[in-house]
Amino acid sequence: MKKLFIYLRDYRKESVLGPLFKLLEAGFELIVPLVVAAIIDKGIGSGDQEYIIKMCLVLVALGLVGLFCSVTAQYFAAKASVGFVKKLRHALYSHIQGFSYQTLDKVGISTLITRMTSDMNQVQTGLNLALRLLLRSPFVVFGAMIMAFTIDVQAALWFAAAIPVLSVVVFGIMLMSIPLYKKVQGLLDKVLGATRENLTGVRVLRAFGKEEAEIASFEEKNEALTDMQKYVGRISALMNPVTYVIINLAILFLIHTGAVRVEAGLITQGAVVALYNYMSQILVELIKLANLIINITKSVACGKRIQGVLDMPAGETAETGLEKGDSKYRVQFVHAGICYNEGADPALTDVSFAVLPGETVGVIGGTGSGKSTLVNLIPRFYEATEGRVFIDGQDVKAVDPAELRQRVGVVPQKAVLFKGTIRDNLRWGNENASDEDIMQAVRIAQAEDVVVSKGGLDAPVEQGGRNLSGGQRQRLTIARALVRKPDILILDDSSSALDFATDAALRKALREMDERPTVFIVSQRTSSIQQADQIIVLDDGKAAGAGDHFGLLETCPVYREIYESQFKKEAARA
Amino acid sequence: MSKAQKAEKGTLKKVLNYLRPYWALVALSILLSAAVVGLTLYVPVLIGRAIDRIIGPGQVDFAAVMALLIRIGVIVAATAGIQWLVNSINNKITYQVVRDVRDQAFRRLQILPLSYIDSHPVGGVVSQVIADVDQFTDGLLLGFTQLFTGVVTILGTLVFMLSIRPGIAAVVVVLTPLSFVVARFIATHTYSFFKQQSETRGEQTAFIDEMLGNQKVVKAFGQEAKNVEKFDEINERLEKCSLKSIFYSSLTNPCTRFVNNVVYAAVALAGALVCVASAGTAAPFTVGSLSALLSYANQYTKPFNEISGVVTELQNALACASRVFKLIAEPPQTPDDLDARVLENAAGRVDIDGAAFAYSPDKPLIENLNLHVKPGQRIAIVGPTGCGKTTLINLLMRFYDVDAGAVSVEGTDVRHITRRSLRANYGMVLQDTWLKAGTVRENLILGKPGATDEEIIAACKAAHAHSFIKRLPDGYDTVIGEDGGQLSQGQKQLLCIARIMLCLPPMLILDEATSSIDTRTEIRIQKAFNTMMEGRTTFIVAHRLSTIREADVILVMRDGHIIEQGDHETLLQKNGFYAKLYNSQFAA
Repeated sequence: MKKLFIYLRDYRKESVLGPLFKLLEAGFELIVPLVVAAIIDKGIGSGDQEYIIKMCLVLVALGLVGLFCSVTAQYFAAKASVGFVKKLRHALYSHIQGFSYQTLDKVGISTLITRMTSDMNQVQTGLNLALRLLLRSPFVVFGAMIMAFTIDVQAALWFAAAIPVLSVVVFGIMLMSIPLYKKVQGLLDKVLGATRENLTGVRVLRAFGKEEAEIASFEEKNEALTDMQKYVGRISALMNPVTYVIINLAILFLIHTGAVRVEAGLITQGAVVALYNYMSQILVELIKLANLIINITKSVACGKRIQGVLDMPAGETAETGLEKGDSKYRVQFVHAGICYNEGADPALTDVSFAVLPGETVGVIGGTGSGKSTLVNLIPRFYEATEGRVFIDGQDVKAVDPAELRQRVGVVPQKAVLFKGTIRDNLRWGNENASDEDIMQAVRIAQAEDVVVSKGGLDAPVEQGGRNLSGGQRQRLTIARALVRKPDILILDDSSSALDFATDAALRKALREMDERPTVFIVSQRTSSIQQADQIIVLDDGKAAGAGDHFGLLETCPVYREIYESQFKKEAARA
Repeated sequence: MSKAQKAEKGTLKKVLNYLRPYWALVALSILLSAAVVGLTLYVPVLIGRAIDRIIGPGQVDFAAVMALLIRIGVIVAATAGIQWLVNSINNKITYQVVRDVRDQAFRRLQILPLSYIDSHPVGGVVSQVIADVDQFTDGLLLGFTQLFTGVVTILGTLVFMLSIRPGIAAVVVVLTPLSFVVARFIATHTYSFFKQQSETRGEQTAFIDEMLGNQKVVKAFGQEAKNVEKFDEINERLEKCSLKSIFYSSLTNPCTRFVNNVVYAAVALAGALVCVASAGTAAPFTVGSLSALLSYANQYTKPFNEISGVVTELQNALACASRVFKLIAEPPQTPDDLDARVLENAAGRVDIDGAAFAYSPDKPLIENLNLHVKPGQRIAIVGPTGCGKTTLINLLMRFYDVDAGAVSVEGTDVRHITRRSLRANYGMVLQDTWLKAGTVRENLILGKPGATDEEIIAACKAAHAHSFIKRLPDGYDTVIGEDGGQLSQGQKQLLCIARIMLCLPPMLILDEATSSIDTRTEIRIQKAFNTMMEGRTTFIVAHRLSTIREADVILVMRDGHIIEQGDHETLLQKNGFYAKLYNSQFAA
């Protein structure tokens, strides 16, 4: 948590002035009972009407000064909390930008989104409240006690007795209910999960006629949530009645002591009224404090979640002093391998191959055999945990990641586009691309009809590319990678939504490009890769064979099996 | 009355409907809160009386003071007890009403037509059932605890003040609504800031959602710095309007408090002057009464501040409630006929006659579709994306109803068959694998709840899923997360296949059922598939033409029409669209 406060540094002035003015306001509030006591003892006691009027004007003046102080305090508090959260949001967003794929996988996107949004909002509310009220309540409580001591020490001892008891009760109930509130959140997550699952699986669930069973299971989870909410509710519902009893008991003792002291002539009746007023002020403050503390506890929890993300290492840097490889090859793997999680089976082991500029490489293998992992090592999306990966003889870990990725065009498995126009999307590949460059890439990607049918490069793309079909999206993502005129193009199973004819036309156009990039095609289909200069066959994270199509058919049983599973044996021989 | 107000009233009426089952508790809560308020207000009167018996040295009536103190003690204890009871009752009512609303929303989801679910993003519906209902809970609870007690406190205080000194009470009554006016003034003038804030916040959330959701693509294209720039631009704007809305709205409290302070001073002034004037008369206005009156003046004004806060909160809660109620009021799918046929063990005759269907009326998709399937036939459906393959499945399963024509099974229009029995006769494996959070076993027995371990293992062996399940940490009892969690796409698909192999319904729908499974495993499970399809009417959608070749009938679809129909050899000879598709597979 502490680290977060560095973002408050620029608002140091505001975060001091805010509470300070709030304390001033509280201070003026504490004078009110004294003034009232003066009215009673001096004004009424001596029947001095002028004095009474004067004192009441003092009350109004106190109110005015209080108003000024609190408005000032609210302004500084709002400014500090809003500014703080702005800086924090910027810091967190920038920090996330530096996360490697590995970190992104580990953390999970959805939790990053909640931390950027709802956690931030809660922190802002919490800080704003804290700046305004956190100091105020204890100040009023202790201030009231001190004022009581100035009036009469013996009577004020009841304050000194009541405050510790109150603290124990308030904090006790809070400590008891916080873990229970966490449980409520957990149960709410389950209800949310059940609803989400029911919607995403609606076809399967209805196909199996599971509607009734789903209702029963939902209602069970919902009931568990309700029970827990009622249970916590009953405990936190104790707070107000119990504090009410304690304060009033203190008042009873106070009046009794007051009676004795007045009888002895040590204090006046007005003093008793003032003491009583101070005790009432404490009650009001405690009710406010209880709400405040619940809010702050929530904010602290959210702040910790944000801190957790900021503590994760980010920023991929270029390492120095790494050995060089053979600069003849555009891409070279030397016994490269990766293990995503310590202790888990490696996703890729001992892969070695070398590719000349302009060559096409096919990567094939079964589900989970490590195809995507292999190509992800090239732009250093993931880092090899064993062996080396070189581009033009340079270890990829020695190159600035931004520079490295500038040279690589990636077409990911999932075809994602962003809100904007088609042109905006394609320019992700190269900000300075001219329309001619863009259209050239579009033509190679077999996407010209998509652009035309949507009405040109200025056609809008909705969020996620919802207004385009899967195949259209996929072709545009291919064009996006080509706009950058990359040295290395990676097609990660990215023709799966294309029919065979389009897929073939795409490969033909790629081959005919003027400045032909080194192309990696990841696929499950042998037809997509059989033309490649070399094919790498993966099986369970290991290279099961490498070579060209015909060579592999002879030497690699895994490749042959894959091929034959897709083609009739006669076709293979033909 | 404006439209918004009317809508609000309608929602309020619905909320009251949900409260009806708990009317006894509601009545009790109202009664007890009235008692709490009354007792709370009575305590200052007694304290005032006690203070009046402590006038000065030698003028303290100890016996009377003690008696009063004991009375106060008893009343305080009773008040606290009742207050706790009220709080607990309010909690109970609120949470149970909310539970009822959620249950009903969920029940409605089970009978909503697929068209509704398909056309509404999951996140949106989930937030209606979860977040909106949550907001509604907060508002309802607050309304219960504060609005009602607030009103009663105001009325009660008024009565007490009037009973002490009508003249001074009048001062309070006249001045206090000022704070209301101030609060309203601020609220109406900050509304536009709030709206601006929530819009900008929405814009920022959408940006975060889109960009972080695809962070890997962002990185692949080196857009990090540019995105931070765009983000900062929105962030700056958000800061400005947040500051305005937070600052201006936080003026309410100081301003109303100032009004209260003025009221307080006015009471002190009037009270003290009356004290002086009435001193020595037959009915003197005592210091104790003044102290009680001052304490009331404080209590009287507080609820006014709270109520103005609660009213905004309640408006928000009602807005949220109306979104849930809208979901609950969505028209459900047409219910099954009362005398609908219960289809049992269909032989597998399926007829489609002149079927027409469109997702939206302006874009006709399927028109005049005819198909006659004999029991046990294997039907393969091929065609380019968007040709209507998936739609055909939607019609077969009756996820959607045809707009014209009819789909019938065993000679009965599916609209006259109970949905449940119709669907129970189909075994469906979809490209989008879906597994529920739970154990592997729970997922497998979805279609056959009473299956024995032997049956389960046999089905998994046939689907080639047994070996990987065995290697999971707890075998068949391994808990898998939401939507399959850590399993690979291929493994998930194998589980979906095993799920169908376990319950073996008389007809099958395989929509790209093996798309994520590597071709070698696919070949291995093909045998099991063939055995399964033996004697079962089967509809197959596949990209891989090798899977299709053995079908009895191949339907080639394009733009919602069947453009070619026949077996593999006939279609190849025809040298039409199918032949072109098939040959492209071998094109170099």
